[in-house]
Amino acid sequence: MEVTTKSMPYEAWKDNEYIESLVKQLQESGTNVVVGTFDKLINWGRSNSIWPLTFATSCCGIEFVSLGAARFDMARFGWEVARSSPRQADFMMVAGTIVNRMVPVFRRLYDQLAEPKYVIACGSCAISGGPFRKSYHVAKGIEDIVPVDVFVPGCPPRPEAMIYGIMQLSRKIKVERFFGGVNRKEKQDKFLAEHPVAGVED
Amino acid sequence: MANITEKIAKQFPAASVEEGNIPLITIDDANWHELARMLRDDADLQMDYLVTIVGMDWTESLGCVYYLMSTVHNTMLAVKVATTDRNRPMLHSVADLWAVAVTYEREVYDFFGIIFIGNPDMRRLFLNIDWNGYPLRKDYDENPELNPVSIENERQSDMTDVWVETSDGGVEKKEVEIFKPEDFVVNIGPQHPATHGVLRFRTALDGEEIKKIDVYMGYIHRGVEKLCESLTYPQTLHYMDRLDYFSAHNYHHGLCMLIEKAAGIEISRRAQVIRVMMDELSRIASHCLFIGTYCMDLGATTMLFYALRVREQILDIMEKTCGARMTFNYDCIGGVMQDLAPDFVDDVKALLEVIPANLKEYNKIFTGNVIARGRMEGIGVLDRADAIAYGVTGPSGRASGWACDVRKIRPYSIYQELDFKEIIATEGDSMARFKVRMLEIEESAKILAQLVDNIPEGEYCVKVPKLLKLPAGRWFEMIEGCRGVFGVYLESDGSAKPYRLKLATPCLPLAAVVDHITRGMKIADLITIGGSLDYIVPDMDR
Repeated sequence: MEVTTKSMPYEAWKDNEYIESLVKQLQESGTNVVVGTFDKLINWGRSNSIWPLTFATSCCGIEFVSLGAARFDMARFGWEVARSSPRQADFMMVAGTIVNRMVPVFRRLYDQLAEPKYVIACGSCAISGGPFRKSYHVAKGIEDIVPVDVFVPGCPPRPEAMIYGIMQLSRKIKVERFFGGVNRKEKQDKFLAEHPVAGVED
Repeated sequence: MANITEKIAKQFPAASVEEGNIPLITIDDANWHELARMLRDDADLQMDYLVTIVGMDWTESLGCVYYLMSTVHNTMLAVKVATTDRNRPMLHSVADLWAVAVTYEREVYDFFGIIFIGNPDMRRLFLNIDWNGYPLRKDYDENPELNPVSIENERQSDMTDVWVETSDGGVEKKEVEIFKPEDFVVNIGPQHPATHGVLRFRTALDGEEIKKIDVYMGYIHRGVEKLCESLTYPQTLHYMDRLDYFSAHNYHHGLCMLIEKAAGIEISRRAQVIRVMMDELSRIASHCLFIGTYCMDLGATTMLFYALRVREQILDIMEKTCGARMTFNYDCIGGVMQDLAPDFVDDVKALLEVIPANLKEYNKIFTGNVIARGRMEGIGVLDRADAIAYGVTGPSGRASGWACDVRKIRPYSIYQELDFKEIIATEGDSMARFKVRMLEIEESAKILAQLVDNIPEGEYCVKVPKLLKLPAGRWFEMIEGCRGVFGVYLESDGSAKPYRLKLATPCLPLAAVVDHITRGMKIADLITIGGSLDYIVPDMDR
């Protein structure tokens, strides 16, 4: 089964094995036919209108602005509705360095995103701390703070790379099961159980 | 300068003067405040602009180097004050003389733990109140277990400390409230589209009117100055791209120029011209983005698309030569990294052709618009004296009538030979700040037009030793970034790494002045004023 988006041919993707194995896994665990069809319809809608949270701390954020402007035009893909409130956003593009003081704020923003939610680590600072890794006041990658779905390397990544990253996310959404228990959700729950925030109760 | 230093030596026998490009006066703390007052008020000196305060750890003592400038006589002076007490180091504050010193002294306190007696707000600036140690001291323990990355909310206080001298000569600590109990405090940021990055304002309101703003920074403090101390000189350069990412070329230019001066390296004319052209291209690109985002803040989203069109054209020119769209890392010690792309000249000419039409379009769409005028004219007025006291430089300072363009007052590189105007407005409001930037695009285009056909042949980079060692000493250089004066202070102990590299960035004073100019304004004007100052948060936090 080919999982692809309208704007890019299947062969152009670099990690088809990964997405194929994900599909195989789903099929092996016995995907219900009826639910599968509903999933397809819903995921078609979801994957084509993922709204980002405007969240930028440094240089990468400026490339994100360029992404929104006419030249790179992310409106082509249905991502242009950048929301300022996490309650209305689907995913968080972590564009820039996350420092110690920002970590609690960043985690709170993530917790405020409505389900289903996704995170893209954009740029080397968000991935590993980047050029500031050795600093006394920088978090060494956001993976220890929130679960990450897609990594986009670069310092800063080119807008094309960002487009590739978000398309990758939209593909990931396509193979997900919206109804019923799903791999990703479990992974996320496990992560949050391992990284709890004190004082926050359901 | 000689008669000035003589005058100081006469009045303050305890002071010793070291002549140089910028004379350095060393004085003890007891006499410092009196000397500072004389430096500011004496008619022959009039050092009314505090460029920066450099905190220092000389291991046997802690202290500060103050860089002062006179806007009347255009002279510069440095003052060194030190204390040997490492457990509870104290100096006298000059916050009553230069308004920006409140913020600068807080920064020094945060990094070195030096307490300033008389500073009205002696809190940490970038780090949490529970932070262990003072990171820029040489004996700072970098063990991450002492200051772990935590997802717990940070502890905050509504109180601040003031240290005052008692009548018996001692010093005591007093706790002072930042906001009064009856104040209605609204929190804006750190994640807010109008703060242009992760900056936070704690705003006390009276109805819709702003009573006081407490600017809370440090959400992108990355410790660049400390990182530089463990890197060799060429390695330190790449951080300059990531401070004010719109002035990447200008900041590179500043640090390269300083290192070249210290090492005695002469660079070729070709490299000079390339550097200046890149600086001016950055300035146009930066001001274009300012126009776009500022208009977007005011609700005119369409302008963003128009303004980014020119910016993308400039980024294409840079990409062809430097190979990157943003973090160029182009200027290097001895010249520039690689030669210009073959079609650089044609591309710049094509750009110069479209700029006038674009500016006309911007003015047509936005500047004359009745809503834009209503929101910008008379909003956030900063007068000349306050601009100097708060050290607000760059286009924002010039909009208040202060001629502070380093390219004119202390020309560097080849700026002296170029024909361009320094744009100065006198209104000091948001509209003036906007218009100054618009006109500066024209001036930068004029500089480019003068140079584009006159790029001399020659080598683009001279040979420099792989392992560059600077002689022991201290240097200070200033350049004009896109947002104001960027000063670099370097102290070397003779090794291949800087002993102390201080980056005096223009955006910290821009943030420090927000409280002053928003008082009595409406809360909606905060967005207009903040946008018009055009600060970059990673630049103020470093």
